[in-house]
Amino acid sequence: MRVSFNVNGADVTAEDVWPGESLLYVLRERLGLPGSKNACEQGECGSCTVYFDGVTACACMIAAGQAQGRRVRTVEGLSQGSERGGPRRLDDVQEAFVAAGAVQCGFCTPGLVVQAHDLVERTVGRGGPVPGDAEIREALAGNLCRCTGYGMIVDAVRLAAERRAASGSGA
Amino acid sequence: MEFLSPSTLEEALQARSAHPGGVPIAGGTDVMVELNFDRHRPEALIDLSRVPELAEYGPDGGYTRLGATVPYTAIVEHLAGRAPALARAARAVASPQIRNRGTVGGNLASASPAGDAHPPLLATGAVVEVASAAGRRRVPVREFYTSLRTTALRQDELVTAVLLPEPKGPQQFAKIGTRNAMVISVAAFSLALDAERRTVGTGLGSVAPTPVRAERAEEFLAAELDWEGATAPTEAVVRRFGELVAAAASPIDDQRGSAAYRRHALAVMARRALAWSVTDYRKGAT
Repeated sequence: MRVSFNVNGADVTAEDVWPGESLLYVLRERLGLPGSKNACEQGECGSCTVYFDGVTACACMIAAGQAQGRRVRTVEGLSQGSERGGPRRLDDVQEAFVAAGAVQCGFCTPGLVVQAHDLVERTVGRGGPVPGDAEIREALAGNLCRCTGYGMIVDAVRLAAERRAASGSGA
Repeated sequence: MEFLSPSTLEEALQARSAHPGGVPIAGGTDVMVELNFDRHRPEALIDLSRVPELAEYGPDGGYTRLGATVPYTAIVEHLAGRAPALARAARAVASPQIRNRGTVGGNLASASPAGDAHPPLLATGAVVEVASAAGRRRVPVREFYTSLRTTALRQDELVTAVLLPEPKGPQQFAKIGTRNAMVISVAAFSLALDAERRTVGTGLGSVAPTPVRAERAEEFLAAELDWEGATAPTEAVVRRFGELVAAAASPIDDQRGSAAYRRHALAVMARRALAWSVTDYRKGAT
């Protein structure tokens, strides 16, 4: 079957989609967007976290056909979608992961970045306070880091939120 | 395999009856695991995510009608007042990403004994609304679970909504897992006091082939509670309530926990839920 939807602002169409395949498979194997990682395929690890119509979800748990006509934003779309710079500019959350050294093997990083981006948007992005560590940990409860580098990941998210709050802009 | 995208409930029910081997999908948190691991290859997927009626919630008579595809996140954010125990359970489901997708309708249709929504639905006496092309019917949730992963839902029916009674007293939910997040429960317990009828409701998860109530514990507590003065129950009453709740379970040993641990955990959760509820009741909280 054919599935058309919007990814990172661009309308795309995937052909010859098997009705039982996941959105994750479509993104990675048919649309050349390998940023969302394929690890557990059961919603356990969060490595394939994407925005689906504005809320975060595991792309492995979404049937391809359910994406028809929907809006998907992947980790590739965080930097490219940045309003403050050119297409190569990283998002604030990505910059914070670099600055805090929150990346070890890197496999969980794309999913964590998307989920952390959502937390920052829903807190300081809406004029709220910088989330505390408990709130950060709870927001990231569905993202597993096999290297267990959670301390620096939490540091990175806090840093991203603090920078965002200090910049005072909604961008 | 076919992928069917009904856009109305009528179309969805027609698809259901035309494809007895088809599998309805909403949040996909169960169905996609089966597909990804090639454990199951249904003749059709019936996507319910485009049926507006299933995604709505709001007051309906004395109930809150919760459409089958409303995600857990919406329950946490919007229904904590109207369905306190269910909202607490919804908050304990998996992770934010899963709560954004998973649904009570899916919990009911798959009827895993570990489903987090079941204990509060049992404790509060919720009613399941199901429909087929022939019409709708309502099944009290206390009659809905028939055997392991089997329900009163017929082959040609879909779960369309669950009707949540207006709370008439404190409601609690407690869950034991191997860690704090992202776990399938080892045991779960829900307690609901109805101060108007002076009745007690319970729901137990992950401790029997189906979600179950502890009816003897309910009757015992309803008779022992000081509904007028709201004085704290005696130590002996609290302990006996815990014992009766644990006695209603028929747990098994599995990789998540032993039967003995599950019984122990249930008694502890029941005593705690009772203490929290009496405190709330005394404050006049409902």
